[in-house]
Amino acid sequence: MLRRTLLASAAVAFGLGGAAFAEEELTAGFIYIGPPGDGGWTYEHDQARQKMEAHFDGRVKTVYQENVPESADAERAITQMALTGADIIFTTSFGYMDPTLAVAEKFPNVKFEHATGYKRADNVTTYSARFYEGRAIQGHIAGKMTKTNKIGYIASIPIPEVIRGINSAYLHAKKVNPDVEFSIIWLYTWFDPAKEADAARALIENGADVVLQHTDSTAPQAAAQEAGGVITFGQASDMGEYAPMPRVSSIIDNWAPYYIERVQAVLDGTWESKDTWDGISTGMVGIGEITDAVPADVKAEALAMKDAIAAGEYHPFTGPINKQDGSVWLAEGEVASDGDLAGLNFYVEGITAEVPN
Amino acid sequence: MISLEKRPQPSRLWTAITPIFAVVLTMVVGGLMFALLGVDPIEAVRTIFWDPLFHPQFAGFSRPQLLVKAGPLILIAIGLSIGFRAGIWNIGAEGQYIMGAICGAAAGLAFYPSESILIFPLMILCGALGGFLWAMIPAVLKTRFGTNEILVSLMLVYVAQNILISVSTGLLRNPEGMGFPGSRNFKQWDATHNAEIIAGTGMHWGVVTAFIAVIAAYVLMARHIQGFNIRLSGEAPRAARFAGVNPARIILLCLGISGVLAGMAGLFEVTGPAGQITGNFNAGYGFTAIIVAFLGRLNPFGILLAGLLMALTYIGGELAQLMLSLPGASIQLFQGMLLFFLLATDVFTNYRIRFGKREAA
Repeated sequence: MLRRTLLASAAVAFGLGGAAFAEEELTAGFIYIGPPGDGGWTYEHDQARQKMEAHFDGRVKTVYQENVPESADAERAITQMALTGADIIFTTSFGYMDPTLAVAEKFPNVKFEHATGYKRADNVTTYSARFYEGRAIQGHIAGKMTKTNKIGYIASIPIPEVIRGINSAYLHAKKVNPDVEFSIIWLYTWFDPAKEADAARALIENGADVVLQHTDSTAPQAAAQEAGGVITFGQASDMGEYAPMPRVSSIIDNWAPYYIERVQAVLDGTWESKDTWDGISTGMVGIGEITDAVPADVKAEALAMKDAIAAGEYHPFTGPINKQDGSVWLAEGEVASDGDLAGLNFYVEGITAEVPN
Repeated sequence: MISLEKRPQPSRLWTAITPIFAVVLTMVVGGLMFALLGVDPIEAVRTIFWDPLFHPQFAGFSRPQLLVKAGPLILIAIGLSIGFRAGIWNIGAEGQYIMGAICGAAAGLAFYPSESILIFPLMILCGALGGFLWAMIPAVLKTRFGTNEILVSLMLVYVAQNILISVSTGLLRNPEGMGFPGSRNFKQWDATHNAEIIAGTGMHWGVVTAFIAVIAAYVLMARHIQGFNIRLSGEAPRAARFAGVNPARIILLCLGISGVLAGMAGLFEVTGPAGQITGNFNAGYGFTAIIVAFLGRLNPFGILLAGLLMALTYIGGELAQLMLSLPGASIQLFQGMLLFFLLATDVFTNYRIRFGKREAA
């Protein structure tokens, strides 16, 4: 009896020792604007979170909070995450910018990573991807494939990132199809499947046979499928369940390598504040498979453009490009600077709508 | 055979205990749901109701946050409850909240970067005025043309939201914001920052105002002739008219009060916890306050407790998501259950259960 108890306690002690050995060295937190099941933006961040956790194989614990509004609630959610022991916190929506900075000030020892913003501090890094590179390829395919010459664009919140995407898609559609017209609907939200579906239907009813989206859910894809004869592109995530039609290709945000790199930096003690803006060349922006719904020659051109962008031979914003009012933005052969792109708040010549103001 | 029998008088005992009964039922059924999700139900319920108040590690932060979250809810709900007592259904507090925030913020921003101590009082005044004027639209339409205030006030929420989007990308946009939408951040401008009055307590001017509103509403409803008129108009409109109560005045008064309070709540939020006007700074407080008003039985002190309880489920719910990886939707379900059970148990206030065969009438 006694021996048994002893054995048992030894086993317990051993078990505890094992547990202590396997204990995580670091906790990484994530704040999401939507649910991981949105099939788009948040889905990809969550996938990357899981890949990062798997990569560190027990050394890193992750926590997340979903559906955090871009209001005063964000600051509380981030603070609670820091208080409950997160060492590095990724806040994955533009509207978390000021809240992230406010919390970072109170927790100098916690590292913060804010996606798509422009304000940094000693313990706040920013990161984003050059989605406009993918938009150029989408614009090319869209311009080639539209029969009605009407392209619908579901826009979210009028920040430079979204305006860049519209400009890039428009420039490349126009280049291959001078008759193309863009109709842009602003939803002022990142994630609202009902509104996204309504917008897609409205665009399709007005004759658009290509629908581009800068919102997070798959609702526009479903609406396009329902309508038939409309093509779409997966946004933020592959949205491959809608291939080969309506989804003919996609922009895939691949955050996993970045998350692994940054968490590794915290583990190594080499983390420092910086700004990352990567694109197709590093794989942060991926182009999802171009389906057979796209003619072979168009597909080949699109892939050639992708390679040229990846190799740094082609920049989607290369002059001559005029602003909407007709004044010169980029002269012949001139390439837009990152600074210009970061604060981009105007449409290029030819877009008939106005930037919300 | 079980049947319901109408009580001659609403039971005072049941009025008092149904909220507690509803909370307990929510804990039980909610706990069952958490168990089905593979989370220890006792731990989940404890994380939601206990940890925000008493957890050694983070209660120091979450306790003040309760006041921050409850403040606007209580302030708006107090205003709504006065109207609800009179049978005036202002569903559009969210719009009045937004317009109060916009007007107050605009008044402040017009004087940027002045550090005058008069700016903040001016902003509060303009915030109250913004909410008041927005509430006067359904009020005047109702008194003049007999329109339905439920529909008008609700529709005006969407108008207010579009105005909010417009000003955050245009009129009130931060000129130094690199073209991004959103106004200047009031937290970085001391004269207008609705900071905590005592650091670390969560007590900002909005919370103080909410407490004052609770007491004022109690005095008005229980001790003042206008409060009596309001209640009379709700309970017996014909009698009120015979007693010489002017229904149009009651409508203007009730919608006016709720507009003022909602507008002030918006201003306090935008200059405090939210910090800036953005297209989505409003987090639905105006709608949640309707729940709070009913949860609190339209009684000022009941609303105070209901607001705190609601805030607790929000903050505890967030903690449960974070600590136990519960999906956000399950927390919303949990909050929905609370309201459902409250309304369901409400039946016992007006009815009693009879067992046995019903006698022929």
